[in-house]
Amino acid sequence: MSASTLIETKSPVGSFTSEAFAAHLASQANSPAWWLDRKRAAYETFASLPLPSRTNESWRFSTLAGLTLDGFTTDVDFIKEQITASEARISALELKAKGGQMGASFFSNIPHGGPLVTPLELASRGVIFTTLSEAVIKHEDLLKAHFMAQPQKLGSEKFAALHTAFVHDGVFLYVPRGVEIPDPIVILHRATGRMAVFPHTLVIAEENAKVTVCESFDSTGSASNFACGANDLYAGPGAQLTYVAAQNWSRDTLSFQFNSTVVRRDARVRSLNLHLGARQARHESLSLLQGTGAFSEMLALTVAEGAQEFDQRTLQIHQAPNTKSDLLYKNALRDQSKTIFSGLIVVDPDAQKTDAYQSNRNLMLSDDAEANSLPGLEIQANDVRCTHGATSSRIDPEQEFYLQSRGIAKPDADELLTFGFFEEVLSRLDNEPLHDALRGLIGTKFQR
Amino acid sequence: MSQLEIKDLHVAIGDKSIVKGFSLTIRSGEVHAIMGPNGTGKSTLAKAVAGHPDYTITSGDVLLNGASILAQEADERARSGLFLAFQYPSEIPGVSIANFLRAAVQARLAEGEELDATAYYKRLYAKMDLLKIDRKFTSRSVNDGFSGGEKKRCEILQMAMLEPKFALMDETDSGLDIDALRIVADGVNALRGGPSAPGILLITHYQRLLDHIVPDHVHVMWDGRIVKSGDKSLALELEAKGYDWVKKEFAAA
Repeated sequence: MSASTLIETKSPVGSFTSEAFAAHLASQANSPAWWLDRKRAAYETFASLPLPSRTNESWRFSTLAGLTLDGFTTDVDFIKEQITASEARISALELKAKGGQMGASFFSNIPHGGPLVTPLELASRGVIFTTLSEAVIKHEDLLKAHFMAQPQKLGSEKFAALHTAFVHDGVFLYVPRGVEIPDPIVILHRATGRMAVFPHTLVIAEENAKVTVCESFDSTGSASNFACGANDLYAGPGAQLTYVAAQNWSRDTLSFQFNSTVVRRDARVRSLNLHLGARQARHESLSLLQGTGAFSEMLALTVAEGAQEFDQRTLQIHQAPNTKSDLLYKNALRDQSKTIFSGLIVVDPDAQKTDAYQSNRNLMLSDDAEANSLPGLEIQANDVRCTHGATSSRIDPEQEFYLQSRGIAKPDADELLTFGFFEEVLSRLDNEPLHDALRGLIGTKFQR
Repeated sequence: MSQLEIKDLHVAIGDKSIVKGFSLTIRSGEVHAIMGPNGTGKSTLAKAVAGHPDYTITSGDVLLNGASILAQEADERARSGLFLAFQYPSEIPGVSIANFLRAAVQARLAEGEELDATAYYKRLYAKMDLLKIDRKFTSRSVNDGFSGGEKKRCEILQMAMLEPKFALMDETDSGLDIDALRIVADGVNALRGGPSAPGILLITHYQRLLDHIVPDHVHVMWDGRIVKSGDKSLALELEAKGYDWVKKEFAAA
């Protein structure tokens, strides 16, 4: 057998052909030239880069055969037909209940129910809550400074470029200096049919601002979707930003999600990503600690089952002294599922007194599941405290027996113990309804 | 009236035979104390009857109201009415007492039947008051960081909530100071007095627990079986003479 027969023959653009891109650009005709130019450049990058290969260290352990780009549609009219107005209305109500006084928004690439409206009281204090498409026109400087502004370092240059090229719309939230928004802002992204979705959320919390953003990603029906989303979080000096995301795409979805978090002096960002859905889901998360006293708390929970694969790659970069990062990723694995955690802490030469923590814990609920852990450190300063670790454990048979001896059947006992395992992460959320909502979502994975 | 019959039970851990022909019948409302030195198989007996998977029953039978329970998993035995109060209760971080007990109560409901949460909490709080357990306890993780006394009170709380037909209480007095012992004993005695009083197998090393929970029958266990039975006075005799007396009398047998 000659070597050439082993060469990857899958199309590197798949459904995202130059014709599809031209059609997408045509749908963005109202956007300014700089935005369209940026999209064109991104498309060039996407089309020119190869699909990840086995030799690429940042894709170690990933199932590359699952990364197919074929068979999806970016046609916005198709979406309009699929997500009916009544469904949009129901979901909007559902969100409103969860979102409290601040409006919630509902996207399937396009926003349902028209443009977003900033409540008057918040608008008067300078809060901007609008769609990405409108922000591109009205807030060019902020967009240029923050939209996909951090270099992709975790392996998905190609897919991040695809996101920029095809991103249709999304949420733009700007919280000015000193403004606190008490209720969480809720954003729902929904895919349907064989749809390719490109959710985007951009949050800018200026000095001493405070805000909580919750995102939910799901699908109608069980069709195969393609999701390629990103969120950019920026916390100015002293800002407090909480970001909670629940990924619950259909079980036949290929999902990519890219996060970048910039944390300035004395700011604090807490993010929690819950991973439940998709066939194969790649999540890349980058935290940049840029000012003294900055703190980034990176949390994630995964319930993997069937043949699901969850691939999480993280980077904590300490660029200033006295900064802190705390990463805790917990995975519960059932059946033949697979998880990959690859994390790196980087401490720049002058980031003395860095306090960095990175921990990946896996609860193996099946002998056939596979958890891969690749923790890493790259320290260039000499006075730092960096701890990392990875563990995999099974259900403790004595705990299981204890629960069973109270009449709780084994599957229920294992469910309780899994929640117990997750509680260390869930309990970091001080918002009780949010905590309960996440527990409820996790519970859906244990329904028998 | 219910009946738990342990018939000529033999139990092994791996290849090691621990319980060697233990027989005892307990009826509702009766309290049987099992006393004996360490290593005679008291705890093994309790765990094997409760269905611990590490303990192999090599021969004999355990019958609950005439039906063998040996084919049942631990959770089925519990739902049939058996309760094991652990000597060393497991610590379960992240699982609150409220959620744990709720799951246990829920497990006893018929398929599709919903737990009445208001009634559940009312009952839970009443039992907690009785056992002098602070209500803040419900949000704490099961046994996690509990003192010895708190763990044992938590065991009795579970027993009170689950209302078993038979309770196997394994060294419930170990690690308790006199005040905690009194609270635990009061809790058990309160159940004894009720209309659905369980049959109790009280495993203990010391006679002092029996001052607070007065047994109907006392059995001495030695080398995996009962070697002597009597009433409360047997416990006092043991206390006076010590276990060496048992050893001398039965080691040769």
